[in-house]
Amino acid sequence: MLNITSASPIVEIDHLSYWYDSSFLTLDNISFRMEQGDLLGIIGPNGAGKTTLFSCILGILTDYRGTVKLFGKEILKNRKALLSEVGYVPQHASIEQSFPANIEEIISFGLLGSIEKYSRSYAKDQVLKAMQIVGLTDKKNKRFNELSGGQQQRVLIAKAMVHNPRLLILDEPTSGIDQETQDRFYELIRKLNAEEKISIILSSHDLDAVSKLANKVACINRKMHFHGDAKDFFGDENMLKTYYESAMQTHLRLHQFNTKSNSQQLPST
Amino acid sequence: MTILEILEFGFMQRALISGIAVAAICSAIGLFLVLRKHSLFGDAMSHVAFGGLSIGLFLNLYPIWTAYAFTIIAALGITKMTDSIKIPPDSSVAILLSSGLAVGIVLISLSGGFSLDLFSFLFGSILLISTQDTITIVFLSIAILAIIAIMYRRLMYITFDEKQASVSGINVKLANYIFIVLAAITVVTSIRLVGVLLISALIVLPNITAILFGRGFKKTAIISIGIAIASVVSGIVISYFANIAPAGAIVLTGVAIFLCTIVTRNIRKSIRPIKITEPYLHNRSQE
Repeated sequence: MLNITSASPIVEIDHLSYWYDSSFLTLDNISFRMEQGDLLGIIGPNGAGKTTLFSCILGILTDYRGTVKLFGKEILKNRKALLSEVGYVPQHASIEQSFPANIEEIISFGLLGSIEKYSRSYAKDQVLKAMQIVGLTDKKNKRFNELSGGQQQRVLIAKAMVHNPRLLILDEPTSGIDQETQDRFYELIRKLNAEEKISIILSSHDLDAVSKLANKVACINRKMHFHGDAKDFFGDENMLKTYYESAMQTHLRLHQFNTKSNSQQLPST
Repeated sequence: MTILEILEFGFMQRALISGIAVAAICSAIGLFLVLRKHSLFGDAMSHVAFGGLSIGLFLNLYPIWTAYAFTIIAALGITKMTDSIKIPPDSSVAILLSSGLAVGIVLISLSGGFSLDLFSFLFGSILLISTQDTITIVFLSIAILAIIAIMYRRLMYITFDEKQASVSGINVKLANYIFIVLAAITVVTSIRLVGVLLISALIVLPNITAILFGRGFKKTAIISIGIAIASVVSGIVISYFANIAPAGAIVLTGVAIFLCTIVTRNIRKSIRPIKITEPYLHNRSQE
């Protein structure tokens, strides 16, 4: 059993660099800390390295340079024990829509692996509690593909928090969801942070939502451009200008990388 | 002769017992294969099993055991290869299918042509199953179902989303290797029933039928096993009375159940009363 003290930072990243395909620098010397109770918004354009950063935090990617610690312990040395304290909601697009499991079954997945042994009644209670928090108790027998996009995201949140994690990581959870559903979803995130005392990392393109939700902001675009209080970032016009300029540069950089990769794969004529 | 009277025959009893056992494991394993979009993996492994059977017959060894060994090694090998050099799943199926068949054809040509044994493995010979074979099939089926029962939540999660399952601390690689060994054993165990050429039907048909109306994974699995057992039992009985090949009758029964399900579903959809909302009724009364 891993001894996790509440005094340790939730996330502590030190000089993290990652090369995609051993050649494309996706994360360049990123360092930051996240404290207990923070709601950290990670913003950056497509291709900025947000999902790569999450993959490093979750120990999915292992061949990075630097150190990644969760609750004061290195993720790569204590992965299983540390991840039992983490809930993760991936990007919406990666979920198989025709899966026949009902909502109750899907939410109970979150208990697997995280908790070594649990009774059936404990599982039932936890699933019910998670469904109540996200407001889906009336949908427990529905199939995943019978729900709307917003409801599906709430199912994934319930799954991620069914084992009472201390940290919730949400990777662009509102992509492809209409504005009204997004607003209700953000209200849920706020509730989880404030009432359930779960520390949350949320990546998003939606600067408006992050400005309303997060108390801390990390703006990354391969490098760390800003890390600090949300009000400092959103109150500074120059910061926003720099953000949009670097977003454009990333777009160009990705375009050049993809063009180069394609030309290497195609036989010369 | 009535249906009950045919149960007095020893060969029918053995056929039905082993048929039910094989139906249960094929549908249980098949549900995960179908949902992982690996429906043809069973077909590929049956062709590898054909190569394994040929090795046994060529070397004068008990062919079923060589088929087990060859299929398990090939399935693990291709899974390892798919993991390490990222071969697309459909390409790995093509590699397994053609290489297994090629081994079989080479050994057949070396031994001077088809033997009766190999022919019965190709098309199934459930009515010729011995008591010893029945015991082996039942024992292996119970073992496979027990392992699936223990692992089913983990397998279900991995099938739902491999990345999330890995983040939850599940050893996805190990679970996938165990599953692939179970699938290989299932295919070889089932070859006696429907043969190399029709095995994938028993893996796929009950599951795509069950997925059409199953609510919940457990319910879908139970419906699928029910459909598979119904197909096998009806197929064997029909084959007896109509004097046709049992393997073909079993698969055609499965196809008939699938088609009936689709037709019934569509009819139910088309005759379902349209719900008229209150504002619409209100507007109509004002007109």
